[in-house]
Amino acid sequence: MFYREAGQFKTDYASDQALFPIAQDRWFVLAVLFVAVAVVPFFVDDYWANAITLPFLIYALAAIGLNLLTGYCGQVSLGTGGFMAVGAFSTFKLTTAFPELNFIVVILLSGAITAGVGVLFGIPSLRIKGFYLAVATLAAQFFLVWLFNKVDWFLNYSPTGQISMPPREIFGILITGPRAAPEAKYLFCLIFIGIFALLAKNLVRGRVGRSWMAIRDMDIAAELIGIRPLEAKLTAFAVSSFYVGMAGSLYFGVWLGAAEPIEAFGIEQSFLVLFMIIVGGLGSILGSFLGAAFITLMPILMKNFMVDGLQLAVVTAKHIEITMLGVLIIFFLIVEPHGFARLWQIAKEKLRLWPFPH
Amino acid sequence: MNPELLFFLETVIGGLMAGVMYALVALGFVLIFKASGIFNFAQGVMCLFAALALYDFMAPGGWVDRWFGFTFPVWAAIALTIVVMIILAWVIERFVLQYLVQQEPIILFMATIGLAYVLEGVGDILFGSDVKPLDIGLPQGASDWLLDNFNLYVEKLEVVAAVTAAVLVTVLAVFFQRTRIGRALRAVADDHQAALSVGISLRTIWVIVWSVSGIVALVAGIMWGSKSGVQFSLSLIALKALPVLILGGFTSVPGAIVGGLIIGVGEKIAEVYLGPLVGGAIENWFAYMLALAFLLFRPQGLFGERIIERV
Amino acid sequence: MEGDRKFGDPILEVQDINLSFGGVTALEGVSFDILNGEVRAIIGPNGAGKSSMLNVINGFYHPQQGQITYKGKTRRQMRPHHAASSGIARTFQNIALFKGMSTLDNIMTGRNTKMRKNLLWQALYLGPAKREELEHRDFVEHVIDFLEIQAIRKTPVGKLPYGMQKRVELGRALAAEPELLLLDEPMAGMNLEEKEDMCRFVLDVNDQFGTTIALIEHDMGVVMDISDRVVVLDYGKKIADGTPEEVRADQRVIEAYLGVTRDDN
Repeated sequence: MFYREAGQFKTDYASDQALFPIAQDRWFVLAVLFVAVAVVPFFVDDYWANAITLPFLIYALAAIGLNLLTGYCGQVSLGTGGFMAVGAFSTFKLTTAFPELNFIVVILLSGAITAGVGVLFGIPSLRIKGFYLAVATLAAQFFLVWLFNKVDWFLNYSPTGQISMPPREIFGILITGPRAAPEAKYLFCLIFIGIFALLAKNLVRGRVGRSWMAIRDMDIAAELIGIRPLEAKLTAFAVSSFYVGMAGSLYFGVWLGAAEPIEAFGIEQSFLVLFMIIVGGLGSILGSFLGAAFITLMPILMKNFMVDGLQLAVVTAKHIEITMLGVLIIFFLIVEPHGFARLWQIAKEKLRLWPFPH
Repeated sequence: MNPELLFFLETVIGGLMAGVMYALVALGFVLIFKASGIFNFAQGVMCLFAALALYDFMAPGGWVDRWFGFTFPVWAAIALTIVVMIILAWVIERFVLQYLVQQEPIILFMATIGLAYVLEGVGDILFGSDVKPLDIGLPQGASDWLLDNFNLYVEKLEVVAAVTAAVLVTVLAVFFQRTRIGRALRAVADDHQAALSVGISLRTIWVIVWSVSGIVALVAGIMWGSKSGVQFSLSLIALKALPVLILGGFTSVPGAIVGGLIIGVGEKIAEVYLGPLVGGAIENWFAYMLALAFLLFRPQGLFGERIIERV
Repeated sequence: MEGDRKFGDPILEVQDINLSFGGVTALEGVSFDILNGEVRAIIGPNGAGKSSMLNVINGFYHPQQGQITYKGKTRRQMRPHHAASSGIARTFQNIALFKGMSTLDNIMTGRNTKMRKNLLWQALYLGPAKREELEHRDFVEHVIDFLEIQAIRKTPVGKLPYGMQKRVELGRALAAEPELLLLDEPMAGMNLEEKEDMCRFVLDVNDQFGTTIALIEHDMGVVMDISDRVVVLDYGKKIADGTPEEVRADQRVIEAYLGVTRDDN
């Protein structure tokens, strides 16, 4: 009844190409943004920031990154953890080597460095495809983590083998370090990720996004209509790694504050982010957010339920959690292999017809 | 013999033996990929699961012992574990694969990762997560004969593994080439639709092939478990088998064997001669880099045919 | 469209093309030309090397021998990207659309080689990038109007019926504003009505935009009706070349099609 596009006529292609061509969608997005910016900060304490909002936002950024590569360009990567490590260690080295450098610049530079590394490991994609490539990206995962763990220069010769983030301010507000206010961290990440989600959306609906999708759907035909596979695949690796690198930078700098290469950037991270985009929806920016929300929130809910509710031992709860995660993933794949994004679309279709479905 | 040469020889033999172990795991991958196009990430966890089940059937202090107060002899435990793996294959087909037949490969791949989580969680809940020594009476220690006559240090267990692998591959080859089910399997591998249309039941085939690779997983689990105990890290040998796969090809049984040997030897040599120079622990990634470098020059893998692309 | 049609110089000449895969010969010493503005048909029995010929022309296959002269420039072989950006577009025997994308997006990919704005501008989608996108959208809408597929603009192409998909594929090729359009069995598997529609589009494209067309087709009726000249391949060799009437009367063509074995040696 309320979700109708009847009467909203578009008179030029510009409005048809708009991000949210339907007025109700625009209002909905504005409302969500309003709540996120003006309401949530009042409720964010340390627990909410560190356990829920920061993981959600930062993983969403990583998921967008991986989705650009895997969902849009069709190149499966299992190296996300390794690329996040590149972002994190770039941030660590840059902030400690140049303490005066603005933190935003540090994040962007970390992303750029990761993009370079990503292109390097993306080169095999020109020769090999599918699962062969997926396995090849594991080379990046294992090699990079090994490199950061072994070469003391990356750790600034830290005797504990850990890196920790020094406190940094943006516009006089403390963003990183243990004394930063949770709402400051939250808002910073929110704004940062909001902007980059928008940029990603713009990319995928333009020429670049179309050439990625063309390569994904049928690479030979794409090549024959004049899309260069080299250019399309390597830009996908570059942009994707840029996003993943920034996510790694925020992951280490803002959320964790301290990290150990093997623990924080293991292959589990790669799988986790891959789960997010599959559960959320391949080839969907919105899906990246939904997937990140699901994968970060679900274990917390389950843990609360089992440990606090059923009084189970923490270890047993951990095992049940792993099992349940597996079951849920299989369940979602069976019920909706195209992820939450598709469910969302179907819901909107239904809503358009409601309450007269015929 | 020259001690340096002897040392090199020992390294190569050690590598070959490790390669056989990798090949055993890779074989399980290849079987499933060949018949169903599924990249079964749960293969490593299946090895762990099989080894855990075997342990609990036969070991004192295992699950059966604690509940019923007796243990099975080794041969019965192995038979029972095979039954468990067949049931597992049936359950996987019945509750997972059946619903995902028409999906994209990546969706199926994801489902097997989910499966790996489930098996890992269930394995931990059922069998506990502590390290369990697995001893089914395989010979341990160095081979005296080789040590005495050639001054070579070779683990007996690894020789047994190599022989077992050879037997297993021969049996599988005969099974594929000579039996009716084998023929149906190859038909399915070539073209699902066409196989269906001549009356081959895809679901039965899938259960069979998952059972077979469950049994292969059991063999690999026994070998690795006898070598270093049954524990969670056993499931990580899947990661060791992946470079073998890209080297030998996802669909080639000889590729898995030869690829396994190449990776095994290459890795051992690198570990011994290159490792100390760069700070060690390179076994995690060296195999991948080796396979990757190889692929850049021969994208179709070891035994793959050059693909003629058409439009 | 009989004798009164006048054509220009050759837009494309292939000379003595030899192509083989491993030991299998696909094309052997094939030479012919395509004149500016004509509709040129390539016919022949299955496996005669017709699709391979198109693949050579737009650079997907690289012949072992021979040369290709396109718009006055002679090369050993074409490169796919170069062929596309210098005005060769094509459709495929088995539909090769991008299944996950809408009709509109599919056709927009045809404009790819003409879009210039870099990654950064596109990410911002401001000013020049937006203007460029809209300009090309405008052109694509003309193509959509021309092919009468307005109603399926936003439909994912995977959901479209076969005939419509063929039409979208033609649209994608047209969006590139080709000078030479290669059509690989544009009417295969269509019913009579769909064939008529497709014939009309092919002739209109040729007529209105002056696009040179090379097409592979099995339906002899269609070939005889719409093409100006026909080249006939059999087992990778050219066996006839000329107007539809000449080709139809050629003894070797009849033999190739009827499968008569020669017994004169």
